[in-house]
Amino acid sequence: MNAPDSRLVERMAARPAADPAQLYAKRVAVFPRKIDGAFRRFKWAVMALCLVVYWGTPWLRWDRGVWAPHQAVLIDLAHRRFYMFAIEIWPHEFYFVAGLLIMAGIGLFLVTSVVGRAWCGYACPQTVWTDLYQHVDRFIDGDRNAQLRLQNVPWGSAKLGRRALKWAIYLIIAFLTGGAWIFYFADAPTLSHEFWTGSADPVAYGTTAVLTVTTFVLGGFMREQVCIYMCPWPRIQSAMLDEKSLLVTYKHWRGEPRGSLKSAQRQLDSGLASLGDCIDCLQCVAVCPTGIDIREGAQIGCITCGLCIDACDSAMAQVGRPRGLIDYCTLEDSERAAHGQADIPVWRTILRPRTLIYFTVWAAIGAGLLFMLGTRTRLALSVAKNRSPEYVQLSGGAARDGFTVKVRNMEDRPRPITLTTHWPANPNTPAGLLYTDDMDEHGARSTLTMTVPADTTLRLQLYMLEPKGTRPGPVAFQIKATDREAGQDQVVSTFSDAEGNGQ
Amino acid sequence: MTTMANEHGDPGTHTGQKSRLDEVTGTHTVGHEWDGIEELDTPLPRWWLILFYLCIGFAIIYVILYPALPGLTGATPGVLGWTSRGALASELKTADASHAGIHAAIAATPVADLIKNPVLLRAAIEGGRAAFKQNCVQCHGSGAAGSTGYPNLNDDDWLWGGDIGTIHQTLQHGIRYPGDDATRISQMPSFGRDGILTAAQIEDVVSHVRTISRQEPASAAAQRGAAIFAQNCAVCHGANGEGGRTVGAPRLNDAIWLYGGDRASVTQSVYNAHGGVMPAWSQRLDPVTVKMLAAYVHSLGGGEITPAAPAATQ
Repeated sequence: MNAPDSRLVERMAARPAADPAQLYAKRVAVFPRKIDGAFRRFKWAVMALCLVVYWGTPWLRWDRGVWAPHQAVLIDLAHRRFYMFAIEIWPHEFYFVAGLLIMAGIGLFLVTSVVGRAWCGYACPQTVWTDLYQHVDRFIDGDRNAQLRLQNVPWGSAKLGRRALKWAIYLIIAFLTGGAWIFYFADAPTLSHEFWTGSADPVAYGTTAVLTVTTFVLGGFMREQVCIYMCPWPRIQSAMLDEKSLLVTYKHWRGEPRGSLKSAQRQLDSGLASLGDCIDCLQCVAVCPTGIDIREGAQIGCITCGLCIDACDSAMAQVGRPRGLIDYCTLEDSERAAHGQADIPVWRTILRPRTLIYFTVWAAIGAGLLFMLGTRTRLALSVAKNRSPEYVQLSGGAARDGFTVKVRNMEDRPRPITLTTHWPANPNTPAGLLYTDDMDEHGARSTLTMTVPADTTLRLQLYMLEPKGTRPGPVAFQIKATDREAGQDQVVSTFSDAEGNGQ
Repeated sequence: MTTMANEHGDPGTHTGQKSRLDEVTGTHTVGHEWDGIEELDTPLPRWWLILFYLCIGFAIIYVILYPALPGLTGATPGVLGWTSRGALASELKTADASHAGIHAAIAATPVADLIKNPVLLRAAIEGGRAAFKQNCVQCHGSGAAGSTGYPNLNDDDWLWGGDIGTIHQTLQHGIRYPGDDATRISQMPSFGRDGILTAAQIEDVVSHVRTISRQEPASAAAQRGAAIFAQNCAVCHGANGEGGRTVGAPRLNDAIWLYGGDRASVTQSVYNAHGGVMPAWSQRLDPVTVKMLAAYVHSLGGGEITPAAPAATQ
């Protein structure tokens, strides 16, 4: 275990000598060694949580009565509805989603400024699925050394068989991943049945196929290259991190000069200065899922998953040195520790203007969304005056105006309502007689009663009769729910006749 | 990438038309040289080449499958036989097929029963709205408000009747439309041109008409006109000018005037008479479309429920 990996030495030796004109760096495959430790266990827990949430969420049920779907989380694109437990969002309320996305963005800034790239290290889907696939590698091919050996063996039936088995498992995981996605967009049990009986919408099969392929390729083969070359977040990250952000840090002031136990002994024997704590066992490199050497300092390839901390801690334990040669540490504390000063208290690192501002903005948006959610109206009226014709002259001298009325009932049950009109100056007297296009004018009355179906916008062609001599001008339309929950809405439109529109 | 030849050889000579290995980049040159500037023969990235060949393969397959190569009278048809016209036709066919159920239901429903079936009525109104925009707006206007000589279909004044069955009948057979035996037909005499009434009598009867429509106060002329009206006009327009729907005689004692209600216009109407014409739409449109048009016109606000019901439930 103390012997440096010949392959790594090769790789590091090859680096400086690389042809300067070569623009393309060939990928060096990463075979992370299995490791156990506090961070590994935490990573297990986060992975389990993420996978359970991802695969389980669409199957949660939520009783919404007979008028709405019973899936707890459902993005019903076909019917333009988004359900999330007790919340139902219509397309015109998309600002809730926009607000959540902004919160997610600022939340990411907040997390970054407090604990660095925790998202990258633990919760990012690319990390979770890469981790999963690396476990599959170890399960099929064995740990790091076995994988390396197999990599260098020429292709033969044994290797081919192993690869086929491994890729089949990759494909199954990818299919389950891609397949689970579609259940967020339709009733999961129904769609599942349709999917397997071949009667699901082609979009479901297409989406599953595309996501299966992307999972298979990104998680099975591209892995850390996504983080290092494709993802914008590491770039944003380098602008976001400051001297108070948590980084996985190799404490070079303690570790250097590095050397194996044998060379340390040789140094001592020859009476030279003793070496640092780093025994150069390269375990930190061997366990790294992105294949970097953390001892080179903070770098874009480091997703701060902490596995090298686990590896170093166990190595230190074996040689009887204190843990934490590699540890989470802020740049500021690194500087201070290198000069023998004490760390800055954690609360002072966390509670600094930057994090407080992020938190304030984040919380303000959240509070704003909650406020809007609590005060939003579930019964709404919109009235558009018909402009062709502007008004209709009736034989008795009366005038009639047409209005296109929409009554939006966002509740998941039908609601009885009344529709009335009044002149703004005289709220208590009906302004005119109303009827709709499936009635005739003998049925006109000052108050129309109707039932708006559940979760529906009811569209009405409304006609309003005004006696001869009525002055044109603004007219108010009002709806009132007549059920127990009540609720009302009011809109002002215009009545016009031969004299004009009163404006 | 370029490199200066004179670092390695003699500048300005054109004898070096040979590929050579460039030491700096490790790549061969293409062998040309212009004033000491050479071009590297850098190989294309393999992924690019693969894509390029795939595109060529795609193009060949496309040319075989689809119309592609232009000729003098047209393009090669392609083995799939695809055409944009054919694609449109199949889309229209799909659309028609999706409407087929509701069309069949409308076809099977007597027009008077349409208004009792909210689903069919809604579909018929929307279908009628579309058909109206194609066939009717030329005379009746986009909002069906008509203009002089072309009735406003929104109001409550109907020449031949405003219940859906009558509207349907009018639409089917047209008005004074030659070539349809069941067309609505009537003829008002040209009282002035044909010398039935004198100019003074016409003035008097116009005064009477304008009085019963409350555009003029009662007068001696109107008094005289009332008698002339009773003799010559009441048989069609009714004793009080309330109109007669069996002959399509307009109501005269109201505020709506098809050809204008001012003195000059009414005089003109009495003198020359008018008789508007509408095509028999069953000769031009399919029965379902005519039914849908009837439902749409009936829904414009002036439609009458037969028999004249006191009030609907909603």
